[in-house]
Amino acid sequence: MQHNESDSQRPGEAGQVVASGALRELWTNLLSTPQQFFESAVRHGRPTSDRAASQAVFNNVFLHILPTRINRHALHVRTTFGLGVITLVLFFLLVVTGVALMVYYKPSTAQAYDSMKEIHYIVPTGRFMRNIHRWSAHAMVLAVILHMARAFYTAAYKGPRRFNWVIGMILFVLTLMLSFTGYLLPWDQLAYWAVTIGSEIAESPRELTDALGVTSWFDIGGLIKRLMLGANQVGEEALIRFYVLHVVVLPVVMCIFLVVHFWRIRKDGGLAKPPESTDLESGQQSAESGDPGAAAQAAALEAPPGAGGSAKTYGLMAVVRGRTPAVDRSMANTVPTWPNAIYAIAALSMMTFFVILCLAHCFDAPLKEHANPAVPENPAKAPWYFLGLQELVSYSAFMGGVGIPTIVVLGLMLVPYLDREKENSGVWFSGRRGRRVCLLTALMTTCSVVGILAFTINFGWLRSWFPNIPQLMITLVNPGTVLLALFMGWSFAVTKQTNSTRMGALAVFTCFLVAFAILTYFATVYRGPNWGFYWSHSDWPVH
Amino acid sequence: MSTDLKSTPRFQQPRERRDFLGLAAAWSAIATIFLALLGALRLPSPWAFPESSRRVKLGPVSAFKGISITPEPKERLWVFSDDKGLYVISAVCTHLGCVVAKQEDGSFFCPCHGSRFDAEGKVTKGPAPKPLLHLELSISADGQLVVDHDKEVGSDVRLKV
Repeated sequence: MQHNESDSQRPGEAGQVVASGALRELWTNLLSTPQQFFESAVRHGRPTSDRAASQAVFNNVFLHILPTRINRHALHVRTTFGLGVITLVLFFLLVVTGVALMVYYKPSTAQAYDSMKEIHYIVPTGRFMRNIHRWSAHAMVLAVILHMARAFYTAAYKGPRRFNWVIGMILFVLTLMLSFTGYLLPWDQLAYWAVTIGSEIAESPRELTDALGVTSWFDIGGLIKRLMLGANQVGEEALIRFYVLHVVVLPVVMCIFLVVHFWRIRKDGGLAKPPESTDLESGQQSAESGDPGAAAQAAALEAPPGAGGSAKTYGLMAVVRGRTPAVDRSMANTVPTWPNAIYAIAALSMMTFFVILCLAHCFDAPLKEHANPAVPENPAKAPWYFLGLQELVSYSAFMGGVGIPTIVVLGLMLVPYLDREKENSGVWFSGRRGRRVCLLTALMTTCSVVGILAFTINFGWLRSWFPNIPQLMITLVNPGTVLLALFMGWSFAVTKQTNSTRMGALAVFTCFLVAFAILTYFATVYRGPNWGFYWSHSDWPVH
Repeated sequence: MSTDLKSTPRFQQPRERRDFLGLAAAWSAIATIFLALLGALRLPSPWAFPESSRRVKLGPVSAFKGISITPEPKERLWVFSDDKGLYVISAVCTHLGCVVAKQEDGSFFCPCHGSRFDAEGKVTKGPAPKPLLHLELSISADGQLVVDHDKEVGSDVRLKV
């Protein structure tokens, strides 16, 4: 307004034919519109001071998920290796390329495979889009697992961050579900048989209910399978259901949990970091001088004072009492988010883009023959991240496909509630003792997994020795459950020996991670036709 | 520093009619949403599946009689004939639904997870929890052999022709 008034008071310019005040004002307004528009959108120029930089972050809807100042520790590469940001960038790539692929993809059994060929050979950039989508999906599963490992080993699941660990586990399961629903869509041999196997795994609780003789009135497995497939076999209905799950339901659910995940990072005090000396002092002070009411409140919220340096909180005036967003205690160790964190995120994004685009440029996403319900591939192998499970499933469908994964996921979700030791987050492996526990556990896990695989290949399992053994025995006692029991026993032993639940937790997670890696590697490299053992691909029988 | 919310008078009042009405409204809203969700969850399971009949005509009985093995890849089964009559073994592995392959010696191999079955369909190795299914056979009015994919019979049942 003021701007306009000052403009209208200015004497008319020589080239101006129109002398009328309002019209001239309109003209000058029009000329200055681009600049005015930009100012109305951005509200500030390039920040020249720390304060302006903070304001820039605070006032921007996309940037305000970041704090205005960020702890130096959070920006060190060693703190997170940027895995969370990489995962998010991959998800972003997946959404964009996924929407692009939806333009051509047709979810019907008659057309799905043809539309894949169309995308590959006829659509400009179609092949590139599909390659990016596929490699991003694989990379995202890897990044999620590494991100999870990072959070675990730096004890970032403790204290106020417990719930965010649970959210993270849900996101991990959602990522796997998105991958699984995605690979039915091309309607090739891998798609058809992987989903046939997947739906039968969903039905495998029948292995247990049959053995107990209750299937006739309690058929949970059959119910889930029919809900998944909308039929007795994988076909048109299953394809539509998986398509809806893959492009709408799961991504929306994923976005909701992602938002909560990010929100909680800030509300729980930012990234896990070791306490600074100043934090410890003031934390003790507040614990000593606090009045009984506040102490009780703090105990109820289980906010370890000093741990992670995040006990200081913002209060929302007097409206909301108690702990609201946790903030850094000392400003001394912080730097402005703009430009430090923004540049770090931008660099990580560019790096991720670069790797994925290179992969997509160099390697085509596989597409097998058209789905053939009469002949499965031999061997019919799932994508790498499910191959460890496929190995377990080859001992018992129910235990390998439902029992053990459920126990593992629920067990990892429970860890923060079982391990409540108040200790420093943000230190890798919790120091020297933890590093030794992890190393020993990794060694034990490697030996036991390799040992049991070698034993099973050479000597078979229960049914080879007792041909008439009841199925319930095999369901309960198979290489998968034996390993699970061994790992649980080991972790309890570690907890007892070290007298520390954190060390037990480290042992549990290391067992899970190492066993997952070895089983995945084993099933990828050494399993051949009829799921037999072969030292190398060249030993496979020719047929 | 922080006063306890419960010590303020507003939170100390006894339950009143207004509280009761408020709670009743809240719980009925929750119940409504819950029931509506339950109803919506009923949607993915239709009264009948949109697929062809599970009872399938395989062809005239004479085409199978006396021929020891007839593969029916489309129906994922084999029709066997011995001196007592006809019987059918399903090719769908009881482990995780792959189609098993018949070996020269009459046994069956599953390519997906390595289950093995003898000529009668009994599990000899691997993770399969049950023997291969023997399916019910019958003869239709027009003299065709009919198999019912939903009806399992014992391994000694034969259709006399």
